[in-house]
Amino acid sequence: MNELREVAVTVNGTVYDERVEPRLTLADFLRHSLGLTGTHVGCEHGVCGCCTVRLDGAAVRSCILFAVQVDGHRIETVEGLADGESLHPLQEAFSDHGALQCGFCTPGFLMTAIEFLERNPEPDEDAVRDALSGSLCRCTGYQSIVAAVLDAASRLRQGA
Amino acid sequence: MDRMETPPLAKERTDGHDEPSPVSPRRLVGRSVRRLEDPRRLRGEGTYVDDVHVPGMLHATVVRSPRAHARIRSIDATEAKAAPGIVAILGARELGGDLRPIPVRLVPDERLLRYLQRPLATNRVRYVGEPVALVVARSRAAAEDAAERVEVDYEPLPPVTDASSAPPAPLFDHTPDNLASLIEEAFGNIDAAFARAERVVRLAFRTGRHSAVPMETRGLVAVPDRGAAEGRGRLTVWGPTKVTHFNRSVLAAMLGWPEHRIRLVEPDVGGGFGARGEFYPEDFLVPCAALRLGRPVKWIEDRVEHLSAINHSREQRYELALALDSDGRFLGLRAEIVNDMGAYLRTHGTVVPGLSAGMLPGPYEMQAYRCRVRCVLTNKTPTGTYRAPGRFECNAARERLIDRAARLTGIGRMDLRMRNLVRPERMPFARGTSILGEEVVYDSGDYPAALAEAVALSGFRMSVPDAVPGAGARAGAGSASGDAPEARPESRAGSAANAVPVAPARESGARAESGTRSDGGSYGREEPGRYRYGMGLACFVEKTGTGPFEGARAFLDRSGALVVATGAADLGQGLETCLAQIAGDALGVDHAGITVRHGDTDLIPHGVGSFASRGTVMAGNAVHEAVSELRTRVLERAAARLGVPPGDLAIGPGGLVRGTGGRSCTLAELAAEPGLEMVRYFRCEQMAYSHGVTVARVKVDTATGLVVPERIWLLYDVGRVVNPSIVAGQIEGGVAQGIGGSLLEELRYDDTGQFLSGSFMDYVLPGTTDVPTILHRDLGRSPSPRNPLGVKGAGEVGIAGVGGAVANAVADALADAEREDDELPLTPERVWKRVRCNPSPQTPAAAAAGGRNPV
Amino acid sequence: MKPAPFAYRDPDSVDEVLALLAEHGDDAKLLAGGQSLGPMLNMRVVSPEFIVDLNRVKALSRRGTSADGGFAIGALVRQAELEDDPAFAVAQPLAAAALPWIAHRPIRNRGTVAGSLVHADPAAEWGGIILALDARLAIRRAGAPPREVEAENFFTGILETAVEAEDLLAEIRLPPWPDGARWGFREFARRRGDFALAGVACRFEVDGAGRCRSVRIGLVGVGDTAVRARLAESVLEGEPPGAELFAAAAAAVGKEVEPLDDGHASAAYRRHLAEVVVADALAEAWEQDGRDEG
Repeated sequence: MNELREVAVTVNGTVYDERVEPRLTLADFLRHSLGLTGTHVGCEHGVCGCCTVRLDGAAVRSCILFAVQVDGHRIETVEGLADGESLHPLQEAFSDHGALQCGFCTPGFLMTAIEFLERNPEPDEDAVRDALSGSLCRCTGYQSIVAAVLDAASRLRQGA
Repeated sequence: MDRMETPPLAKERTDGHDEPSPVSPRRLVGRSVRRLEDPRRLRGEGTYVDDVHVPGMLHATVVRSPRAHARIRSIDATEAKAAPGIVAILGARELGGDLRPIPVRLVPDERLLRYLQRPLATNRVRYVGEPVALVVARSRAAAEDAAERVEVDYEPLPPVTDASSAPPAPLFDHTPDNLASLIEEAFGNIDAAFARAERVVRLAFRTGRHSAVPMETRGLVAVPDRGAAEGRGRLTVWGPTKVTHFNRSVLAAMLGWPEHRIRLVEPDVGGGFGARGEFYPEDFLVPCAALRLGRPVKWIEDRVEHLSAINHSREQRYELALALDSDGRFLGLRAEIVNDMGAYLRTHGTVVPGLSAGMLPGPYEMQAYRCRVRCVLTNKTPTGTYRAPGRFECNAARERLIDRAARLTGIGRMDLRMRNLVRPERMPFARGTSILGEEVVYDSGDYPAALAEAVALSGFRMSVPDAVPGAGARAGAGSASGDAPEARPESRAGSAANAVPVAPARESGARAESGTRSDGGSYGREEPGRYRYGMGLACFVEKTGTGPFEGARAFLDRSGALVVATGAADLGQGLETCLAQIAGDALGVDHAGITVRHGDTDLIPHGVGSFASRGTVMAGNAVHEAVSELRTRVLERAAARLGVPPGDLAIGPGGLVRGTGGRSCTLAELAAEPGLEMVRYFRCEQMAYSHGVTVARVKVDTATGLVVPERIWLLYDVGRVVNPSIVAGQIEGGVAQGIGGSLLEELRYDDTGQFLSGSFMDYVLPGTTDVPTILHRDLGRSPSPRNPLGVKGAGEVGIAGVGGAVANAVADALADAEREDDELPLTPERVWKRVRCNPSPQTPAAAAAGGRNPV
Repeated sequence: MKPAPFAYRDPDSVDEVLALLAEHGDDAKLLAGGQSLGPMLNMRVVSPEFIVDLNRVKALSRRGTSADGGFAIGALVRQAELEDDPAFAVAQPLAAAALPWIAHRPIRNRGTVAGSLVHADPAAEWGGIILALDARLAIRRAGAPPREVEAENFFTGILETAVEAEDLLAEIRLPPWPDGARWGFREFARRRGDFALAGVACRFEVDGAGRCRSVRIGLVGVGDTAVRARLAESVLEGEPPGAELFAAAAAAVGKEVEPLDDGHASAAYRRHLAEVVVADALAEAWEQDGRDEG
């Protein structure tokens, strides 16, 4: 039962090759096997959204996927957002709008929002609230997060 | 232009104070500077406790009771000990004599000692989730594999699930009635007040059990030095927060280790809100296991165990009676409160019910008050503080009582409050009660002005249209009319020419009344009379800045950079930035280059911590004092070096100390020699009191019972503001949590004591579409006279009044404010039952003609 | 909250999947999107010996118009693929309208229609949808001919369906959308994306004489399984649509459903909510101009 499986996966452009137990979740794999601790685990049952990463571009819950499932796939995490010293416009907007406090839910919001903005570059507030409704934040009351995403949409449209 | 009339999403966040700062001409204080914490947290580079990795680390999980009340006949770990990867199983038998009760942190009371919790149940479990054993293995998964195989034989005992009815069994044999404590607060002659009353208004009110539920669960990594298992070296524990110095003392006492050989370190923390960071059973078990095994041990609480393990809060029942004279003046208030404490008393002892008893009179004058709180033990998770503990509850009960009084007396809701609010000329105002062992004396504040402003801001007296499909006008939110507030009763849609239609300003996609996205939504179809709109408000006073002291150590490192360390904690609220702003102003340097350290017991010998909205007040003033004195030393040293009087020197950008005549030196040059270091403890014997008014507008779907909060307004005064953006975040986050406690969140048990809220599918936290637009404004009139910076705490202001405002808004919408009882959370099913039991006779037309609760 | 150990198999053909199921049966669980199975594994509500991952079986990802003009949804088709597919919105307006109400986008990005159906949470939207659409469920088993189950025979009990331990739900077959059919979808949940306390997918046509025909009402959240509201359908069938008729149909729903008392809502409240959502959904359907543009 404790057979190990080979997983070769590209995370933020880097190829990793690891042997894992099948029961290892993608979140635990990223955090503890690869040391990419920016992806957070808030509920381990797919509700809170803290662990959201992108799998082949799609925002998904990494706590209810298994590492063995991403063999041969491409993952993006919060660590891959900034371009060196430059934060991503969405990250900038989060800071400008006070859209984070403790920062625990933030990576999940960022990964969810970026995927959303790619599909929907000119959203209104309702669409943003709807798109982010699967992510929980206990600190901000969401108003600042929604404002930041709308602002980021505008910055991205202007090619900021 | 009124800043709150701008669209909320374009909210100005960089406003400063106009008056000159007494601290420094640089005036970092008062500006919404970007948070220093942000870059690392945005990049995923924060270090939260589960990010701490130590070589050779083992992993623990806790075996918890599945029973509410039972005797433990036996624990059989034979099979578990054979599980792959298992290292140790520690039960009460193994830990035996080490299992001392966890002491009370605040206001210790010897009479409470016999209700304290030990880290493991010894021979009896008293709630679902109570720790029974600790399993340590080579991975968390292996620990869980073994934990599944621990066989515990329980002999069931009758569960106690209702604090208000006669108990079927005692939790502790020495206390047959399960009454752990009886708290009494009183002033004035209550009997005389009621004897004189023109009218007595009663209300039964209940607040539901819920809690903080931060997004990061708790966790610990205990790292013993080599040799620690034999009693040598030190023990380092990562993960404590909030009150690390106190927790170190407790851990030392419980382990029988000297304090100086224990270091507690606070990492980045994913929210606390009162519940996280207290000393819990695991805070002993994990370090204890690490010492016994001589290996680092990590324990990360999972969400399911979190919901039954972390302090619950808020479960109170009120029986209130308010005596009024013929002018509507409050003569006296009588309160009987039952506080469901859960199965044990934890570190807060009876602080929460004590806060309810001490703060229930709120911002109102009254001649007499008598309150009794029965603190009753039940077979549920033990309770503690959660943001605005005791006040979310008592504010809601009191404000709902006042609306009932308004309804029954015919005096307007606002007018009744205005007649009774403590007036500014009465400050400082001795409340006549005490909390946390301290007399309550409000320091400053203009409560009537706050109410007047809140009414103007929210358009509280303006009409609220009854289901106007397609009404698209934004909230007027202002004083369209200069009429005295009581001059005109609220009128319905369009019935008054100058009534500003207060239509939904933000309809989320989930709730839009038209458009494809609304198809199938929880929000139903518009039909005449189906939706009812209401507004409610709540006035409150918040205690902040609890003493007795906090410290700051400030020094210049060899590069000339300022480092500030404090015993206060940062659980995500932005304390690092606030302290850097204060320190930057005090020294005269930019905040961005300042390092703020906190929550590490090795940094500073004494610390109290972050709770009760005290961080900025206590640590802020300590930092101000320490750095101000450090600046004096810096200038003295520079003066000697440059040969100019200190008074002619200024510290400028880049850490350049300039004198008149062009002579200058750098901070780095000055810091090359030791001595530029300062430790100061700021002491404050009296708390600072913030205050505010919360207004809620709700839409109630009478068909489903769904209450949609459409908008929340908050007018507050938190004294001098260090960082408006951070305060805004505290306000908005607090409001959102208040929405949760008012409408969504409830930790529920069935009548066998089984816990029904053990996952995020069962415990409903507010999401993006549940929290409305929040408009808030700082009255900014009342700096605290009790500290040099003039600051008051802001952390709990957002949540304090939400329950009362929402309960009143729903009663307003349903036109049943006269009902004798009310409760929170107002879940759809409860509201539906309420509508069904008491269908309002009003047609929309009749409602339009009046008949609402008077303003 | 870590899953118990399991052996992992990721075959790349349907035949291999069927062979593994034949061999391991009750000891194996199929993994498609994993959005229901994942939490259950983490909580150790289920601890199968084998996980058979379908994600490498390309043949199961097919979706599109079938020979009969209907729409076929393979076992691996994700909810978000349908949500983003303009052809699906045109072909199946009722199902397309319901999709955004299923959980949240990151869940729909991974979750599959087949997985939701086989998990058979009584509140899951797809239960009501397949009942309202007269869908057929194509099931495969090693050594047996492929079989089709009608939607109304699919759900057999709480979290149980006609798909047995050795079976694979290979495809969901939605019949062609009838010209001029009207539809409504409504659900009531505590919070956006949560399982509904009551929900309904309905459709009907209006014949030349102005009477309701081919009425289908699929309810979720109000019993052990998703159910057809047959009594309400019969109230509507052959009658001219209108507010009074819809009210009568809603009242019929209240009589025929048998909701459960549980931690989320009382039976009485769920029954009432069923009436509300049905009345709303019927009125919504009636207000449409027949064929919807999607």
